[in-house]
Amino acid sequence: MTGTILTPGSRRGAETMEKAARGRSLWDDAQRRLLRNKAAVGGMIVLGVLVLAAVIGPFFTPFAYDQINKDHVWAPPLTQGHLLGADSLGRDLLARLLTGLRVSLAIGLVATSVSLIIGVVWGAVAGYLGGRIDEIMMRVVDVLYSLPFIFFVILLMVTFGSNIILIFVAIGAVEWLTMSRIVRGQTLSLKHKEFVEAARAAGLGDGGIIAKHIIPNLLGPVVVYVTLTIPAVILAESFLSFLGLGVQPPMASLGTLIANGAQDMELAWWLLVFPSLTMVVTLMSFNFIGDGLRDAIDPKDR
Amino acid sequence: MLRFIGRRLLIAIPTLFLVVTVAFFMMRAAPGSPFDGDRKLSPEIEANVMAKYGMDRPLHEQYGAYLAGVVQGDLGPSLKYKDKTVLQILQENYRVSLTLGLSSIILATLIGVSLGVLAALRQNQTTDYVVMTVAILGVCIPTFVTAPILVLVIASKLGWLPSAGWNGGALPNLILPIVVLTLPQVAIISRLTRAGMVEVLRSNYIRTARAKGLPENRIVRRHALRAAILPLVSYLGPAAAGLITGSLVVEKIFNLPGLGKFFVISALQRDYTVVMGMVIFYAALILILNLIADLLHAVLDPRVRLS
Repeated sequence: MTGTILTPGSRRGAETMEKAARGRSLWDDAQRRLLRNKAAVGGMIVLGVLVLAAVIGPFFTPFAYDQINKDHVWAPPLTQGHLLGADSLGRDLLARLLTGLRVSLAIGLVATSVSLIIGVVWGAVAGYLGGRIDEIMMRVVDVLYSLPFIFFVILLMVTFGSNIILIFVAIGAVEWLTMSRIVRGQTLSLKHKEFVEAARAAGLGDGGIIAKHIIPNLLGPVVVYVTLTIPAVILAESFLSFLGLGVQPPMASLGTLIANGAQDMELAWWLLVFPSLTMVVTLMSFNFIGDGLRDAIDPKDR
Repeated sequence: MLRFIGRRLLIAIPTLFLVVTVAFFMMRAAPGSPFDGDRKLSPEIEANVMAKYGMDRPLHEQYGAYLAGVVQGDLGPSLKYKDKTVLQILQENYRVSLTLGLSSIILATLIGVSLGVLAALRQNQTTDYVVMTVAILGVCIPTFVTAPILVLVIASKLGWLPSAGWNGGALPNLILPIVVLTLPQVAIISRLTRAGMVEVLRSNYIRTARAKGLPENRIVRRHALRAAILPLVSYLGPAAAGLITGSLVVEKIFNLPGLGKFFVISALQRDYTVVMGMVIFYAALILILNLIADLLHAVLDPRVRLS
């Protein structure tokens, strides 16, 4: 923690003063609190395992996710080389599950990034500029907020067909609203702080102040909201897939797997149970991490 | 008060206008038409059908005509169900969705508030942890997981309740759909209530009430609860949206003749007018609920000024 100040010749008194003055940064504190939160740490470990499984798992399964095996139709778990069983076309559930998890996580990540970019820029600009522009920009958010958005996503899917890029964009475009509100609120309180005044006095323009001073200081609440948005996005995608409007076969996502499992559950319970479990565990670990982060970064109730 | 309502209505109108516009052009941009059937219509017949519904005119004229109709409360005829108007279809199908939605929200509020208060009063004790664990599970288990699993266990394996169908709204047919819709709402409501209650119980006026020697029961009911459920009122709008989303899944799984099921089918069949009608209906519903929530908020919280 101390590092560079231990140069030869530095006097002992100055050294201790430096140490005391240095203290712990906001992020050190947050990290400490986060690591003390058992649920959050558990969530991080489980999520780490899931991500690893989704990224490298598909390379190690004995079957490909779209490989049809006529003789293995409805194979129960632990038979014919299928650890988690096979589906109505004899496709290996484990391979499909790992691929589906990969697709769902990717959608969660990409759509959240889309919402992050739109939301942060929109909110920061509105909050920073203030006045009439703020009024108009936030009114737009209000209006969009009161729309039954799921219908628009459905319409979008129906209109342009279900392609995976569109799913990213559609869900991302829905999720940015809350983000922009959070960011605007924070920006409003940040823009009158002394260091912003100082930057302006030093001649930095509006764009520079937003990019260099406002946005980095928004990080805390934004990080929290991001970890809570990812599960929401995964849920939204699965919901669309469940209605038959999301990811199309033979590609899989957790939602399509659960939908197929629900159709065939009387014959093959494993097709419903394993994807559902994966879904629930994934959502829970994200939520635990998100809650933990919120308590760590914004410890109102300590 | 009146001015506030007036202003909110003034915002609601452009919102609805935006909804109508976006939905109209999105629907029209979709490939395919409502008249694509199993048999290919001959060009002459197709032209006749298009002319009958005014769809041979330029798009902006159709849009103008549609808007004019909507303003007069006319949502047009269905393009798939030959002799029905969109209003009739809405009227025939809203009952299922309304029954499910209302029962769920009432049940969820009763159960969620009780659980939340209980957890807050026993903060950091076993009851609290149990309730909050259940709440987290409720948030993390989506309706499209609970619904099929409940059907599999309770309807198929145990045979206690019917697995699908409306059956004229008979209670056994309603139980599973309502439970599925209620669970996630209970989870959210109990979390909101607990958070509100924990904060309120620490506040000065509760300490004053305690110091006065009021019985705990009375403090909780008369003083704390009223302030603690305020966040719930703001949740009314999102709750309605959540229920509507949930009803899409539930009506599909339980094969119920409600609006949600109709919406997805109509969108896939390109039944333009029906889809538009439903979007307008739901948007209006959510706008009205948000307005009611704001008003309730003002009534319950004397600190809020409607300006």
